[in-house]
Amino acid sequence: MAASTTTVPSASPSAGSRSFISRLRDGDEIARVITFLFAASVVLITLLLVLQLWHDSSLARHKFGFQFFVTRVWDPNAEQFGALPFIYGTLVTAVVSLLIAVPLGLGAAIFLAELAPQKISDTLQFFIDLLAAVPSVIYGLLGVFIVVPLMREIIQPALKSLLGFLPLFQGPPYGIGFLTAGIVLAIMVIPYIISVSREVLLSVPRDQREAALALGSTRWESTWKVVVPFARTGIMGSIFLALARALGETMAVTMVIGNTPTNSASLLSPGYSIAAVIANEFTEATGDVYLQALVELGLVLFLITFILNGLARLLMVVTTQKGSGMGHV
Amino acid sequence: MKRFAGLLLVVLAVGGIVLAQNALSINGAGASFPYPIYSKWFDEFHKTNGNIQINYQSVGSGAGIKQATDGTVDFGASDGPMNDEQLKAYSDKHGSGILHFPTVLGAVVMTYNIPNVTASLNFTPEAIAGIFLGKVTKWNDPAIAGPNKGVNLPANDIVVVHRSDGSGTTYVFTDYLSKVSGEWKDKVGKGASINWPVGLGGKGSEGVTGLVKQTPNSIGYVELIYAAKNSIGYGTVKNGSGTFVKADLESVSEAASGAAKSMPDDFRVSITDAPGKKAYPISTFTWLLIPAKFSDAPKRDAMKNFLKWALTDGQKQAEELSYARLPKEVVAKELKAIDSIQ
Amino acid sequence: MNSRLRWRKFVSGFMLTLTGVCAAVAVSVLFFILGYLVYHGGTSINWNFFTKLPAPVGEIGGGMANAIVGSAKLLLLASLFGVPIGFFGGIYLAEFSNSSIAFVVRYAADLLNGVPSIVIGIFAYALVVLPFKHFSTLAGAFALGLMMIPITLRSTEEFLHGVPRALREASMALGASRWKTIMAVVVPAAYRGIMTAILLALARVAGETAPLLFTAFGNRYWSPGLGQPTASLPAMIYSYAISPYDDWHRQAWAAGLVLLALILIVNIFARAILARGSAIPRS
Repeated sequence: MAASTTTVPSASPSAGSRSFISRLRDGDEIARVITFLFAASVVLITLLLVLQLWHDSSLARHKFGFQFFVTRVWDPNAEQFGALPFIYGTLVTAVVSLLIAVPLGLGAAIFLAELAPQKISDTLQFFIDLLAAVPSVIYGLLGVFIVVPLMREIIQPALKSLLGFLPLFQGPPYGIGFLTAGIVLAIMVIPYIISVSREVLLSVPRDQREAALALGSTRWESTWKVVVPFARTGIMGSIFLALARALGETMAVTMVIGNTPTNSASLLSPGYSIAAVIANEFTEATGDVYLQALVELGLVLFLITFILNGLARLLMVVTTQKGSGMGHV
Repeated sequence: MKRFAGLLLVVLAVGGIVLAQNALSINGAGASFPYPIYSKWFDEFHKTNGNIQINYQSVGSGAGIKQATDGTVDFGASDGPMNDEQLKAYSDKHGSGILHFPTVLGAVVMTYNIPNVTASLNFTPEAIAGIFLGKVTKWNDPAIAGPNKGVNLPANDIVVVHRSDGSGTTYVFTDYLSKVSGEWKDKVGKGASINWPVGLGGKGSEGVTGLVKQTPNSIGYVELIYAAKNSIGYGTVKNGSGTFVKADLESVSEAASGAAKSMPDDFRVSITDAPGKKAYPISTFTWLLIPAKFSDAPKRDAMKNFLKWALTDGQKQAEELSYARLPKEVVAKELKAIDSIQ
Repeated sequence: MNSRLRWRKFVSGFMLTLTGVCAAVAVSVLFFILGYLVYHGGTSINWNFFTKLPAPVGEIGGGMANAIVGSAKLLLLASLFGVPIGFFGGIYLAEFSNSSIAFVVRYAADLLNGVPSIVIGIFAYALVVLPFKHFSTLAGAFALGLMMIPITLRSTEEFLHGVPRALREASMALGASRWKTIMAVVVPAAYRGIMTAILLALARVAGETAPLLFTAFGNRYWSPGLGQPTASLPAMIYSYAISPYDDWHRQAWAAGLVLLALILIVNIFARAILARGSAIPRS
């Protein structure tokens, strides 16, 4: 993969000595400034958002301090608020959804990019892109009408009988719960993984594959050991997109997760997530502390996203090999 | 690029031209419970007053109060009256107050799903409070079995279902429970969103009914109109006079009549556990929140006319949609109050 | 053929078949959803649906004409706001910036992407609705546009990076300036991926309800221009789906179908009308 920036000597003898104004006359500098402004605006908007959240949660932050992270109680009447069950639920559902969506999505992307003839690949991709357009409300409804009964009647009892000795699969099969929410989320984020990964895989230069095949690798080996690592950053990027979606999804999750603040280890148990509780309670919340506690939850989610993104990037840096084509995190 | 720009222009033009009318546009926000009847009313009113468009969106009672206070909508609607704090916040912001006008009545019913039980169960206040507090855990508990002799209740665990989203329905239900159970009042209290001792949370009435339908041995609470429209079985509740009353248009209006006599001038009253032999104990008004002072005269006149119409002719349509109508005494009082809107 | 080779060949065939299964699963989910929508909502799609305003419950003949137009307006404006920021920002990251600035911007974009849609709505409310004291199409478009930025930005950068260095150098060797190289050579080369990402971003925001709740609000009537509350398909789906009325339920499913059809049409148009030959033949 190409290196990030191609350094090219500028037209004039010594770029550094030209003043800013004279460089400005050169179209490139204007372009640089303008595109910089656009890029900077993204950071600005994000900062503004954080500031807004910070400001609008001040009452709650002062009242609860760090206890907010470890308290389990969420009582609007007593004005006691704690984020622990929501943090737990958000993380669990996101992890479950990625565990399902990443292998499935990557597999499908590999198929579409490497094996399928171009027309079929393009047509199928078209349809998969539509999955991203299904409104989250409809995902929620389909979850309620189809996934939940399926879970309750078939899948959850099966998991219990096969793996019931694990704390992961204990408790009565209600049909709703962490696992169900994870599955619905997985369906929602799969198009992002497939779509972006496929494009990235398609853009891997042909000679990489051919070199591997020439050295005697099987089709699968050339794909898995050469092409996929080459497209590593793009694929990771798609996983970031999927993760972000899974963390922030509101409607669909709240319809199938059971909306009960618990920290149960069982995937069959009903739970709650940050986005779901904000969506559920924000419109009816009255009272400053209550509203601000909800906003503080939004801030907490921000923090979680921040940490998870950081960890993922760390992972990428640590596990990258030389020559795998990784230019940036 | 040119084609893109052309497309853009077309859409903007369509968006702009599509309404060149001289319509008076009024926006309102609030409770979702009365959304069906409000949308019917506003539509009917628009038919006879073609240039007045009242646009109501159901964003929730709390949001309705907030939007009205923020001034982003012209009026609000709520299933629970505004408390003193909220009233003060409003008048501090606007310099004048906001008035409550009850429009229709609603009720909350107990719906359940017990295998092999098709009878309508009788619930005492103690039973309901016990179930939702998590103290009555089995269907054959004497608290439930007592008033239901002749029904074969199984010894299964009760699965409690409640609303996860903040809602006026929850507010009414918990308001009732706070009145009939001291323990509930101390431990949990009333509100649109509370810390439920037990149970699963379903989003919206749809979520609750869905969960109850699909989960054996479950019990939940929903609005009467919802149960009626979806042909869901529900039980009776024992009222203050000792009668087990089934919620319907009459028993709900009874509850309002009982309260009408002691109705405060600002109409902010709870009618749960109302006196009256045939009164259904978990009933509620739903209110429109109208500013006491309008800066815009046409809007003010439009709202006043609408209110007058809704409280008289509109009540018929309410019944058709399974909302109980207001008792005459309340309507009379309200019509007088409308004149105070400036 | 020794046994190790046989094993590797077996693994190869097996894994590749597995990937086919994965693709089949993904596609079949979509068809299942489509089928469900058609089955439950198909009957509600008629001429009225596309031309009439919503009718109160119990009255037949209502439609979602204003919601369809509203959604179209919102999405168009959102794209006008979000796509340029993401696109040009992505160009900056790929072509001009150093790695630390790029790192920060990328991180910020990922954070923005993870914000729940309702929080974005609240943010847009505070910024665009409160100061003006009324809901508007603009506010809704702002909220949706915000959500489009991260996908567009990340993907633009990603695909621009994927263009081989040789192409850039060749162009500059011919005397083109940086900017000209970017716009005339590099971007067209990465065009496919970028277009995919933009359409993906559009698809994502097309189905969002929560950010519109406090920005575009909703409207039972037509919304003139850009400064009034407007109906939108996702909002209608939401309020109809949670109602107790069967007719409204059917309309909700039908609206879902129409929304998907809208996105499909946009996809087709975008790829057809704005298509240019890719500078790099597909390998």
